[in-house]
Amino acid sequence: MNLQTEQMTVKEVQEEIIEEFAMFENWMDKYEHIINLGKELPDLAEEFKTSDNIVKGCQSQVWLHTTSKDGKIYFEADSDAIITKGLVAIMVRVLSGHPAVEIIKSSMFFVNRIGLAEHLSPTRSNGLLAMIKQMKLHALAYSAKQ
Amino acid sequence: MSLDVQKIRKNFPILQREVYDQPLVYLDNGASSQKPISVIETIDRYYRNEHSNIHRGVHYLSSTATDKYEQARKKVQTFLNAEHEHECLFTKGTTDGINLVAHSFGKKFLSPGDNVIISEMEHHSNIVPWQMICDEKGATLKVIPINDAGELLMDEYKKLLNDKTAIVSITHVSNTLGTINPIKEIIDLAHEKGAAVLIDGAQAVQHMAVDVRELDADFYTFSGHKMYGPTGVGILYGKEKWLNEMPPYQGGGDMIKTVTFEKTTYNELPHKFEAGTPNIVGGIGLGAAIDYMNSVGIDEIAAYEEEIKVAAHEALSAIDGLTIYGTANSKAAVFSFLLDGIHPYDAGTILDRLGIAIRTGHHCTEPLMARLGIPGTVRASFAFYNTMEEIDVLVAGIERVKKMFA
Repeated sequence: MNLQTEQMTVKEVQEEIIEEFAMFENWMDKYEHIINLGKELPDLAEEFKTSDNIVKGCQSQVWLHTTSKDGKIYFEADSDAIITKGLVAIMVRVLSGHPAVEIIKSSMFFVNRIGLAEHLSPTRSNGLLAMIKQMKLHALAYSAKQ
Repeated sequence: MSLDVQKIRKNFPILQREVYDQPLVYLDNGASSQKPISVIETIDRYYRNEHSNIHRGVHYLSSTATDKYEQARKKVQTFLNAEHEHECLFTKGTTDGINLVAHSFGKKFLSPGDNVIISEMEHHSNIVPWQMICDEKGATLKVIPINDAGELLMDEYKKLLNDKTAIVSITHVSNTLGTINPIKEIIDLAHEKGAAVLIDGAQAVQHMAVDVRELDADFYTFSGHKMYGPTGVGILYGKEKWLNEMPPYQGGGDMIKTVTFEKTTYNELPHKFEAGTPNIVGGIGLGAAIDYMNSVGIDEIAAYEEEIKVAAHEALSAIDGLTIYGTANSKAAVFSFLLDGIHPYDAGTILDRLGIAIRTGHHCTEPLMARLGIPGTVRASFAFYNTMEEIDVLVAGIERVKKMFA
């Protein structure tokens, strides 16, 4: 992670992602990009794929491992489905490495803007919506401890 | 081909629509079927002109609504070849029917040490109600295993059956695998041991003629919405002798004869099991769905779906890296499959974008998934309004999925 990204806010990262997605002309290109992001995201180490870290969806499942350092929260995540994993990679990019308060207060406005809201619908039950809730809960728990 | 599928398709308004600018290819009929215009118009007409509460009014609308509702029951009786109309109970659906039998039959006829037999391929709705009543009654739940093709091991079934078996509850057609079970044989074997049999017909009645008297089924249940009728309505057929002996499932209006605070006496069949204002429009709509199926011809439907099944099996089998789960000799046009290295959710998401509606996941059969050692499948389930061309679209879609996730 370079210094510039480190300094970006959650909002700025989302705006950057919106800009990136604007170049895709059709849904196929967009999904191919997400699939690539899923393939590129390193698998979560097996030791972190615990029952505590699992965010179970009906259709696919997600693992979320949270750490903190110097007042910031870091997320690593994985999924058994590639599209979900690609979306997980984007969520991690948006929320990881920020102060707890910023994570708690953030809204995931980019999801609608890049036309992927359907993947965050509760009916999809792919674990993604639950993962975002979990990320915020972890941030909340961390800030409560401070 | 005896059935003119293009003509049939014109009867289903939703089949004319597009999704994501693609023509809709609807292959999720196992989850729910689409509705013909005659059913839609029946529902519309009922609410515009005919609605009132039933079984209790003296006024004109109430008696015509009651007549329509009871005519629908008569259609169900004929549809199933039941001996009596009052053996056909209106329910909310298959799940409701199974819960009614598990609760009411179980309450009266299950004792500690008894057993209930189900199978490894059952839908959760034919597992959980039995677990609940077995827990309550100190009875044991036994499970008939399957072979790798998805067929019941009948020898194992014979071993499980004994004179402590109170009831056997088995699906007619597997929602996940498409297997058509030998229910006549299952029923005969159970009866030899004095056990009753409930057949879950949710995936059967839309595909084939069912004759409860010929089967000698004690109970047979199904849903309206999977057989071109409305959601929220279903049927539980039960032999009169059982229904008379079973206690009511729910208390309320319509199911009573007289009520005092000291003692209530119950109404006759079928009302004893139909507490409260029912899904009147659902029942009438279900009657219209039966009329529609009869107008096409159930044997014609079965013959056409057999052709679709053979063609789809051939086309899917030819795809490299595709494994079909459920290869029983006797099966319906339901195809559960996996693509090598591709998660069902990924395949389903891309197929959806191509306008192809299929279902992914465990299909409410988690124990079956565990038996097969897989987390879920992609399932394409056909109806008689699907075309040979749609099989080609599915195959092309699968090839596209393979390319995207390679």
